[in-house]
Amino acid sequence: MKNGIWTIMKKELTRFFTDRRLIFTTILMPGVLIYLLYSLMGSAIAGMYTPEAGVSEALVANLPASIAGRGGEHSLSFVEIEGADAKQYKQEVAEGGRTLLVVFPEDFDERVADYTAGSGSAPNVEIYYNSSNSGSAQAYQNMVNLLSAYENSIANKFDVNAGGGTYDLASARDTSATFFATLLPMLLMIFLFSGCMAVAPESIAGEKERGTITTILVTPIRRHDLAIGKIAALSIVALLSGVSSGLGTILSFPKLMGGADLVDAGVYGPREYSLLLLLILSTVLLIVTAISIISAFAKTVKEAQTYVSPLMVLVVAIGITAMFGAAAESPVLYLIPFYNSVQCMAAIFSFEVVPVNFIIGIAANVVYTGLGVLALSKMFQSERILFSR
Amino acid sequence: MGEILTVRDLTKTFRLSARQQRREGSREKYKTAVDRLSFSVREGEIFGLLGPNGAGKTTTLRMLATLIRPDSGTALVLGHDIVREPDAVRRSIGFLTGELKLEDYFTPNYLYDFFSELHGVPGEVRGARKKMLFERFGIDEFADVKVGNLSTGMKQKASIVISIVHDPSIIIFDEPTNGLDVLTAKVVTDYLISLRRQGKTVILSTHIFSLVEKVCDRAGVVIDGTMAACGTLPELCRGKSLEDAFFDLYTERTGVRV
Ligand SMILES: Nc1ncnc2c1ncn2[C@@H]1O[C@H](COP(=O)(O)OP(=O)(O)OP(=O)(O)O)[C@@H](O)[C@H]1O
Ligand SMILES: [Mg+2]
Repeated sequence: MKNGIWTIMKKELTRFFTDRRLIFTTILMPGVLIYLLYSLMGSAIAGMYTPEAGVSEALVANLPASIAGRGGEHSLSFVEIEGADAKQYKQEVAEGGRTLLVVFPEDFDERVADYTAGSGSAPNVEIYYNSSNSGSAQAYQNMVNLLSAYENSIANKFDVNAGGGTYDLASARDTSATFFATLLPMLLMIFLFSGCMAVAPESIAGEKERGTITTILVTPIRRHDLAIGKIAALSIVALLSGVSSGLGTILSFPKLMGGADLVDAGVYGPREYSLLLLLILSTVLLIVTAISIISAFAKTVKEAQTYVSPLMVLVVAIGITAMFGAAAESPVLYLIPFYNSVQCMAAIFSFEVVPVNFIIGIAANVVYTGLGVLALSKMFQSERILFSR
Repeated sequence: MGEILTVRDLTKTFRLSARQQRREGSREKYKTAVDRLSFSVREGEIFGLLGPNGAGKTTTLRMLATLIRPDSGTALVLGHDIVREPDAVRRSIGFLTGELKLEDYFTPNYLYDFFSELHGVPGEVRGARKKMLFERFGIDEFADVKVGNLSTGMKQKASIVISIVHDPSIIIFDEPTNGLDVLTAKVVTDYLISLRRQGKTVILSTHIFSLVEKVCDRAGVVIDGTMAACGTLPELCRGKSLEDAFFDLYTERTGVRV
């Protein structure tokens, strides 16, 4: 049967793409869910760090004349108190009733004027605050800034990075590269794996469980046509599912980073994206093949999912290796399945693709997939695997 | 009429899992389901394998259909060895047994086309044959209903039709009327007889005596995986009813009075 592969693929794809429920749960939902989740996380994180608007009130003992007029530009308003009651006010700051308590030494201004660096002890300002209260922590920061600015203004020997110049020379390209190369390989592996998990056990162990594969096996279709057809169709669906999750992730990154333009997937050009696509394709083929083989041993879909879960853990663990700096250099390492994919991804995201390693990685995946297909077609001939009770 | 199918000393032993041993209440690790079984079927006849539950009928037919391999012995189907030329065997037979399920999600219409393609039936032939078979079995009415929503009888009809999309010359049906009401069963038995009229060879297994009496030219009685008797109906009955002849054989073989 020349077109046995295509016949099987067509059936698998029809099964999938005419089922609205399946399209929704395996393709649409992962992307949308990840996008919403990350966006939500992004705004939650952003909310935690935005400075609180408005002026906070600081209780001040012995307010010096030099400081009194400076509160406004640091969002602080000063309320003078009698120094003797400091203990009472500290209690109130601790309990959250008051924001900040600042105690200046008496005659602060004279002592500052008299003091020369390196001789005797400098006058000390005590600022009491409550770091567990974000308003208080903010007011504390403002007060410290105010005092530093004042200190600078009275004894300015030199400046560091004064004025509005751009001093951080890292480009968006560099920061994005570092960020993506660290995080994305693991996330992508997880998404690709979940995509494959969503379809492969169902199609292999499920057909075994329901007895529908036996009906196919009594026809003269070649066993490796059956294996290839299934793996090809499953890979297409898994790829779409993975792409959906990947898009959800990439699109939500700006929000996740609180709108910072430091991280921008736009730094990557057609070269990176096409390499990535090639890599993802070969990776999906390998993952689908691995899961299919494991599923063929199982009697039920549930059993298959149980058997596959250790592999999932392994793949995630391998994904974490991308967090430890630069991509592996030795070409031999690119023969290791899954590890090679993770390292190639990291290399693509950090603009450091070594052609030899990349080609070895892809070729290894293709070869392993081929061997896997052979193994799967052998399994489709084994009555122990197909009909064990 | 020549022999179209020859079975010689076919033997199949299953290893029983611990769970199966418990279920069957036996300590035996192995179960010989088919034990040096031999018989032959002539072209154009309807041959019946008659036997009680667990006799080894389904196991025999599964070996003939190349789903499982015999431990020893051979069978030739249209001259093709079931072990060495499984593809040629699969091309020349149509096989039906309860183990072969149709996917719930698809319709009989879709599955008919799918299996026609797997068998390499040319497009023009497929259409005409589908029309004829669907009419004959009354599948037209539910051709576009998902298999999951069909009744047992409808499913069985769909399974029968799908097992013969390639118009095989040998048809192997395991318990074809199981679970069917008399009306549906009659459609099936009438069809078996019409197949014989077309010159096809039919092998069917059953534990229903009346079915054998109604349609079979010859039959083999299988008891405990061995062939207890084999021949034309008069040869088997020897003047008694088929049922009584079977009871005699059973007692003779197993020593159990019935
Ligand atoms: N895969 C298997 N593993 C273990 N034992 C099996 C297996 N298949 C069949 N058997 C055993 O072989 C014996 C014959 O089974 P078989 O299904 O061939 O009988 P049968 O004649 O078709 O019976 P029935 O009329 O009940 O369908 C039974 O004891 C059965 O339990
Ligand atoms: Mg049976």
